[in-house]
Amino acid sequence: MPKLSNLSYKNQRILIIFLFSLIPVALLVTFSYLPVFKMFQYSFTSWDGLSKKMEYIGFDNYKTIFTKPEYFAVFKVSLYYFFATFVQMGLALYFATILSFNVRMKNWFKGILFFPTLLNGVAIGFIFLFFFKPEGTLNTILDLLGLGALQQKWLLNPQLINVSLAFASVWRYMGMNFIIFLGAISSIGSEIYEASDIDGANRWHQFRHIILPSIKRILQLNLILAVSGAIGVFEIPYVMTGGSNGSGTFVIQTVDVAFKYSKLGLASAMAVVLLGIVVLVTILQRILIKEET
Amino acid sequence: MNKTKAVTGLAALALMAGLFSGCTSGNNNATNAAATNAGGSTDTATEATAAPEGDAAKDIKGDITVITQRTDIVDTVFKEYAAKFNEKYPNIKVNFEALSNYEDQIKIRMSTNDYGDVLLLPTSIAIKDLPDFFEPLGKKSELEQQYTGLEERTVDGISYGIPITVNFSGVIYNKKVFQDAGVTEVPRTFDQFSAALKSIKEKTDAVPLYTNYASGWALTQWEADLATVAGDREYVNIGQVASDDNFVPGQPHYELYKVMYDAAKDGLIEEDPTTTDWESSKADLASGKIGTMMLGSWAIGQIKGLAANPDDVGFMPFPTNADKILVPLSDDYNLGISIHSKHKEAARAWVDWFINESGYPTVEGGGMSPVKGAELPEILKQFEGTDITFDTLAPAKAGEEGWVDAIDKEAEIGLWQPDFKKVIIEAAIGNRKQSYDDIMKELNDKWKAARAKIVSAK
Repeated sequence: MPKLSNLSYKNQRILIIFLFSLIPVALLVTFSYLPVFKMFQYSFTSWDGLSKKMEYIGFDNYKTIFTKPEYFAVFKVSLYYFFATFVQMGLALYFATILSFNVRMKNWFKGILFFPTLLNGVAIGFIFLFFFKPEGTLNTILDLLGLGALQQKWLLNPQLINVSLAFASVWRYMGMNFIIFLGAISSIGSEIYEASDIDGANRWHQFRHIILPSIKRILQLNLILAVSGAIGVFEIPYVMTGGSNGSGTFVIQTVDVAFKYSKLGLASAMAVVLLGIVVLVTILQRILIKEET
Repeated sequence: MNKTKAVTGLAALALMAGLFSGCTSGNNNATNAAATNAGGSTDTATEATAAPEGDAAKDIKGDITVITQRTDIVDTVFKEYAAKFNEKYPNIKVNFEALSNYEDQIKIRMSTNDYGDVLLLPTSIAIKDLPDFFEPLGKKSELEQQYTGLEERTVDGISYGIPITVNFSGVIYNKKVFQDAGVTEVPRTFDQFSAALKSIKEKTDAVPLYTNYASGWALTQWEADLATVAGDREYVNIGQVASDDNFVPGQPHYELYKVMYDAAKDGLIEEDPTTTDWESSKADLASGKIGTMMLGSWAIGQIKGLAANPDDVGFMPFPTNADKILVPLSDDYNLGISIHSKHKEAARAWVDWFINESGYPTVEGGGMSPVKGAELPEILKQFEGTDITFDTLAPAKAGEEGWVDAIDKEAEIGLWQPDFKKVIIEAAIGNRKQSYDDIMKELNDKWKAARAKIVSAK
């Protein structure tokens, strides 16, 4: 019987590394690469998703997408989420900075801020549906505060609907940004703060000259993720409005094409296009940010 | 908007892609199964499983899984059904599975071989693909002696499903609200209907017409009234397909959704449609906070169940300017048997028993029984002897089956999807710049282009 110890140390190492990576790689291939490969394959067919017949139609699906402007019109909605990204990162950075100093009930606040990240996206959709109802939480609070004049039909007003949805999105994802920033800020040594205290720096100086330069990398990373996230917004508008009243996004449209109109081939092509856009934006951002530094 | 969001975005893609890939892997297997089955659909028809009667019933053994959409009664009424079923077929064990979002979930399940023994035929699967997934139940010409509504799920003369109930569609209204508003006569034409809604608005606190916009699917119920507006049982499957002008003024589609548009424009619908709630709307109609809702007969039972005085809940046909009033009868879901079932005889026994003996079609389904000669439901008896007729839709012409659906999908109009109905309401309440005619023109253009493509392809 072959024994592991019969092998040379180098081969043992290789074998063990191989065995340990087998499962994660298998999972990765099964659930990430294979589906993406299949998606590319379907994007060249006119398949309806169930039928046994799959007809290859070449680049027709891509032609359809790029010749019909209505498929791209929805990217306008992404702009709301793009701007909300900056609000979200600003808030996250603000809270992370404050809570990295000595504050009373620090952990309690951390818990509160991180909590929304733990909730299921569908649940959040429903919570905010009640929140934005005409007789819902938000309008009730405004009334109690004597701001009854500001009451709105948050999801009915076409000027407000995307702002409302982006707000829900900020509420949901801010905690994640916050925890990443907090982690990065915690890694700054306390002696640097002490030294700056002695030099007479106030909190703003510390933030401007110590914290910000130290977490620059993390800031960039979060920005890239946030922007590509803004392009692929899905959950919140899908659960709350189903993309109606002008709140539809590209991903919602893709899902509609696939499952409402049974055009899985076309939907796959749309998914490929979205993937391409995200990759492109990410690369662009990296180049631009590099130039700045 | 950040890491998770990006991950969600990618996950959504991966998920979809995953679904797709799931479909093919199942697809290959199913193709084989289909290949063996496709030896000629006429052959398979004669091999259709049929449950024996009498003593032989005791000999059928098996463990079958029945998949249903009725999450609300799966643990109560369905358990009782199973007990009664076992009196006749003691050796069949029936298991139930209820799916909350039936249509979407079953479609994904059907890409594998494991989708129960007895299930409802999803409406979104192309009719011509039915033989790949479902066991033939028999020749339509023979089954027709016993059941109505078979034509909706028949391929090449072979039936693959029997409707669990036959629905009729129209307006469900609260009689008390109508009375309070001083509307004594049931409105028949568009003008009378609109006048009735206006008096409800003026004289009562009720919402005249509740759209259930947020739920989405409730808006699709309007499409079922197309035949009433046309006043012609041939319009939906024959007239529509033959016409390039499906959405122009004067045509049924235009008139039908004009009712929706006008009601929304005149403020006769709920205050904020974007946050409506289906469950509470049923109770509100029952208690007189809502005047009317456009639904099918299946909803009547559910609404009556919530009413303090069930007699207040009434049904009337959709308004129309046609000469005669036609209330269209159409299938609810069809019940069929999976082609992968291991106990097809037992499954067939359940199908037959469920349709004929369980009482589901009229009691729980709330419509008419598909069994020929069965008694009319209570709520329809009031229409006996009036000029209101109940009739099924004429099937498409031979060779044109499924064209409505094919054109609809090609054009991405979504006759049975909420999208353009939502657009109509949004436009009516001033959220969009488009006028009603703009919307209809756009739909008609799409229809025309897609129709040309489908007709030339066939």
